[in-house]
Amino acid sequence: MHEETVYDALDHAHGGEGQWAFGTGFDEPLAGVDTTVPEGIDPADLGAYCLMLGDDALVLCQRLTQWVTNAPELEEEVALANCGLDLLGQARLLLARAGSVGVLGRSRTLATDSIPDEDALAYFRDPDEFRNSRLVEAPNGDFAQTLVRLLAASTWRLALFARLRESRDPVLAAIAAKGVPELTYHRDHAARWVLRLGDGTTESHRRAQAGVDAVWPLLADLFSPTDVETRLIAAGVAVDSGELRDEVRDVLTTVLERATLTVPAWPAEHPSRGRAGDHGPELTVLLADLQGLAREHPAATW
Amino acid sequence: MSAPTLDRPAAPDEVALQAQFDATIAADHRIEPRDWMPEAYRKGLIRQIAQHAHSEIIGMQPEGDWLLAAPSLRRKAILLAKVQDEAGHGMYLYSAAETLGADRADLTDKLIERKQKYSSIFNYPTQTYADVGVIGWLVDGAAICNQVPLCRSSYGPYARAMIRVCKEESFHQRQGFELLMTMMGGTGAQRAMVQDAVDRWWWPSLMMFGPPDDDSPNSAQSMKWGVKRHSNDELRQRFVDMTVPQAAVLGVTLPDPELALDPETGRYRFGAIDWDEFKQVLAGKGPCNDERIARRRAARDDNAWVTEAATAYADKHAS
Repeated sequence: MHEETVYDALDHAHGGEGQWAFGTGFDEPLAGVDTTVPEGIDPADLGAYCLMLGDDALVLCQRLTQWVTNAPELEEEVALANCGLDLLGQARLLLARAGSVGVLGRSRTLATDSIPDEDALAYFRDPDEFRNSRLVEAPNGDFAQTLVRLLAASTWRLALFARLRESRDPVLAAIAAKGVPELTYHRDHAARWVLRLGDGTTESHRRAQAGVDAVWPLLADLFSPTDVETRLIAAGVAVDSGELRDEVRDVLTTVLERATLTVPAWPAEHPSRGRAGDHGPELTVLLADLQGLAREHPAATW
Repeated sequence: MSAPTLDRPAAPDEVALQAQFDATIAADHRIEPRDWMPEAYRKGLIRQIAQHAHSEIIGMQPEGDWLLAAPSLRRKAILLAKVQDEAGHGMYLYSAAETLGADRADLTDKLIERKQKYSSIFNYPTQTYADVGVIGWLVDGAAICNQVPLCRSSYGPYARAMIRVCKEESFHQRQGFELLMTMMGGTGAQRAMVQDAVDRWWWPSLMMFGPPDDDSPNSAQSMKWGVKRHSNDELRQRFVDMTVPQAAVLGVTLPDPELALDPETGRYRFGAIDWDEFKQVLAGKGPCNDERIARRRAARDDNAWVTEAATAYADKHAS
């Protein structure tokens, strides 16, 4: 019997395995990628846009992660962690892209040079420097509200990423292309739950409707392009978020109606607060959890 | 648990079935769900597999406590993927138990009501991020020592589940070690964190192999049936022999002044394990027993309406 050491036995059973998830040591997520900014695109605008999209993903990942070890079923632990991991992957790429075009500026001075761009941006910016929308930072609420929010956020983001695949920035286009199948799954998963909860029991219907009513006003933060976006739309880099409105409204309406839920009136849209760094107090709490340890040891290597 | 005897006198055909079962075990072949098996074999396996599944699920918590605070995005991805793997392990182990007639919801209830156990190691808290690395290195390392032989368990579904579990555990073990290596190359505070975590987790890791062979109530029958392949003490010794050189590579001191290479056997002698502590934790008096169970209870009870809704929806749309 081949069992000299347990590891030998393992290798015997499965063949040698040299692969490591996420590599050994740190690799820049964009290592080997040509990060040259195409002509006619303002790097500062591009960086700011990547922060908006990257922060959305990072903050929603953090929210979904709060369900891990608390979810209703093991399948749901896996599914929500999976969505969180996808979003984390998107956040890393987008923050790295932002770093590659020089957005770090004053934030960078807070961190030591050994900290990778993605971590300097995730861990060493203050709440008012985050550019995520209000939709993703709101607390989870119960399972119904969490899934309604995931449905809204993934529907918006999928509509955006599908168009962003044509961006004139090839890096952004590639990040979007990678994200589309991920977001398709997130939207599908969330939609299936909204159907089950809306059309399940009286109690689940009540909670799902309350979730919809809580999430709906937050949609107002998503559809008015900022000045940065307006310039980048003209440059063929960004997607006009106003163009996404009809698709997002149609998808959400279809799901909610099939789930026997009442579709609230479309909220009065306003210039994005989140994209301007105007956040609720809950983002400060979320970031304190995220950043505390890293900030306690700014010279550390992880 | 009950002694491995049949509940009633064996009918003549049961004698033949028992003989066939014994022959399968003796030939080192696998028992499959549709095969006849002695009731005590079935019950014992359910107990062992459920305990193992519970350990995976409870084991998500100590490391899960660092998910929100992981100090880099790469570490967060690694940890989230790992905790997700553990949920997956729990799922396919519960599935293996279900091939024996058990029911996942019922087993979960038994966990929450403390009628079934899980590995005591998860009743210790994770105090710093180094604990995440040490759990990977020592706890997953010990789990691998325990579990690799189970890939050859006589019960087919369990053996097959364990192949996948072990493959992923070995991944986790190396990721833990890699985190510790990175931290040891970092600041003085990080190195101190690693040593402190090693000091706290070393002895509980040795306890993971269970009581000494002369005090292990379920071992003998499990070994006879090919469910278990090596004794607790034998596996513990292997773990120590494997780990001591790794500690040297890492540059940490294992907290055992009696730890020394025996030149005659080539194996490491180690100090006495505090079995009173083991029994205390096993008896539910560890630092985090109540907290671990409370979280499982809350996940079940607070979200019961979700499961009810899913069932109601499935019933409505069944046709």
